[in-house]
Amino acid sequence: MTENGIDSPTRRGTRTLSEARSRQIVADAGIPVSAWATVGDPEAAVDVARSVGLPAVIKLCGDAIAHKTERGLVRLSLTSEDEVRKAATELLAAARPEDGPVELLVSTMVRGSRELIAGMVRNPQFGPCVMLGVGGVLAEAVADAAFRLAPLDRLDAHDLINDLGAQALLGEFRGEPAVDRNALAEILCALGDLSTDPDVASVDLNPLILVDGQAVAVDALVEAFRDKDPA
Amino acid sequence: MARDLTPLFEPRGVVVTGVSSHPGKFGFVTLHNLLSCGYRGDVFAVGRGEDTILGRPVLTSVDAVPHGAADLLVACTPVSANEEIIRSAAERGVRAVFVAAGGYAEAGPEGAEAEARLVTLADELDLVLAGPNGQGVTSPSVGLCAQIVAPFPPRGRIGVASQSGNFVSAFQNYASQTGVGLSRSVSAGNAAATGVADYLEWFADDPETDVGLCYVEGLDDGRDFFERIRSVTPRMPVVVVKGGATHGGQRAAASHTGSLATDDRVFDGMARQAGMVRATTIEAAFEAAATLATQPLPGGNGVLVLTTAGGWGVVTADAVTAHPDLVLTALPADLLASVDALLPPRWSRNNPVDLAGGETRDTIPELLDLVAGHPAVDSVVQLGLGIQGNTAALTRDGPFHPDYGLDRIVDFHERQEQRYAEAAVAAATSHGKPVLVASELAVAQPDNPMVTAVRESGRLCYPSADRAVVALGHLSRYAAWCRART
Repeated sequence: MTENGIDSPTRRGTRTLSEARSRQIVADAGIPVSAWATVGDPEAAVDVARSVGLPAVIKLCGDAIAHKTERGLVRLSLTSEDEVRKAATELLAAARPEDGPVELLVSTMVRGSRELIAGMVRNPQFGPCVMLGVGGVLAEAVADAAFRLAPLDRLDAHDLINDLGAQALLGEFRGEPAVDRNALAEILCALGDLSTDPDVASVDLNPLILVDGQAVAVDALVEAFRDKDPA
Repeated sequence: MARDLTPLFEPRGVVVTGVSSHPGKFGFVTLHNLLSCGYRGDVFAVGRGEDTILGRPVLTSVDAVPHGAADLLVACTPVSANEEIIRSAAERGVRAVFVAAGGYAEAGPEGAEAEARLVTLADELDLVLAGPNGQGVTSPSVGLCAQIVAPFPPRGRIGVASQSGNFVSAFQNYASQTGVGLSRSVSAGNAAATGVADYLEWFADDPETDVGLCYVEGLDDGRDFFERIRSVTPRMPVVVVKGGATHGGQRAAASHTGSLATDDRVFDGMARQAGMVRATTIEAAFEAAATLATQPLPGGNGVLVLTTAGGWGVVTADAVTAHPDLVLTALPADLLASVDALLPPRWSRNNPVDLAGGETRDTIPELLDLVAGHPAVDSVVQLGLGIQGNTAALTRDGPFHPDYGLDRIVDFHERQEQRYAEAAVAAATSHGKPVLVASELAVAQPDNPMVTAVRESGRLCYPSADRAVVALGHLSRYAAWCRART
């Protein structure tokens, strides 16, 4: 720790945790995450897909696998048990020796037309911060994101939501209800509270999909400081 | 607990070192400014080479200052001399030092070492250390102008602390131009021991100061700044301008102060969370501070626009509507009926309340009181004043004045303008709501009787409706922040 209580991730060094581990950490913090389980073989994957509900998503996970999408290790919109079994088999076959231990993360496929990004980062000047931004394919071009310093109280969280430029996106939208701002505020507060774990370097929820106005994380990435593992 | 900065801002007496007879040198200018702006404490000039400067005896050493006669040392002497001077000054009872000289951390590693020694020395001697590498300090309430630059601002309620001395001057210039004055101003320089947060904390408890106004580039400890400012803002609004908001600006800032500027989005979120008013430009920052210093806080975000004629009201209604922190109040039926009783039927019958030239002698004062008094209205923007004064000026300067009975109409127009300005103040005061008067005449014709009357009331005549709306937006946002948290 530096004297002002701000840890520099670059100084201490960080490593990314697997999606399964990351999901567990954010779910334990009270953040809604799409229903999921991890399994080791295709038949178990089918069982999970049946229980969380089709369509399903399967990802090949491991602590050493950083770029799942780029390597084609994410299979979306699996609508039948046969598709699940086939995708699971292919993903296990795609594992490389350098990936180390791997597992299949099976989750229900959450669908919504609006996506947000939220996260917690540690800023070298201001310490832990919570971010909320507009997600989806245009996110980078739109660059609509705002920050608050952690921890956040409910007022801070609501102010943060109000800071987004794209307020129309948070209202009633294409037949979907307006975003539940109180529930979203709880997520932002929970992200801020995660900063009190000194071993958590950063958290990324990308994307949070709005389902019936409720924000649900369908991917999570936690960075831990290298010398420690979050409890 | 805020550091007591009284010896810096309200010293019993001031010692200036590095005084020379050359009118271009900092020491001379500082002495001149101290002797020229009404400071009533004793001023001691310390220098070499001359017996007297500006009619004052020049002491050869700080040791010659009577013990207890001065609280503040303004050091215009070079780096190599200052440590010894500060030691001697402390022995003479000095409690605060403003080091104007450069050559410290901004100049390289050797300067940084000298600056570190300065901090240690100030700690050891229990001195307030301001600067180094700063332009100075002013306190208009006591006539203190201990700075190497001009102007000396009029007295007011805004306390300025800046990481750039030039922006202190800019705020002083705006204060002089508008008449909305300053309580204190200080250039933090390298802020070796006393930073912007220290000044703002002291301003918050300073009976002379109602609003803090600051310029920051880099923050060594952003979290500490946040925590401290957050404890100030419930008591005193703080307006901030941040330099280095873009990548290009960040490079210039880094080369300017030696401290890296911070990521702008994080800064922005921090500022909002701390309840700071963040302005995007120096002039908007001054106008936000001037508004906070001279208008009551609105109880809500509903704005009523009052105009004597057309286009002004339309564009101002657009600006209010587009502002995220303001709402153009829908004109309530009872208010519409009351306005109807005062105006011929061609008025707009809507917000903006456009008189369409239908006013007579007493209409504007009556309307201002009426709309400001309505509970659905949280604030008022008044436009289209000054026309009669403008007409009067042309008439007065023309070849027919004062004959042809023109003197009477000129006098009438000018009296009316004064009444309008006074009515805006009265409406704001009696109903406890902001009433902002905007007209380009504020800069186009500063001696317009409406403009001068607004100025004499101690308030800002906004140079455009857009700028009034921006200032009102800041006021409204800060008021909402206070309501939510107290």
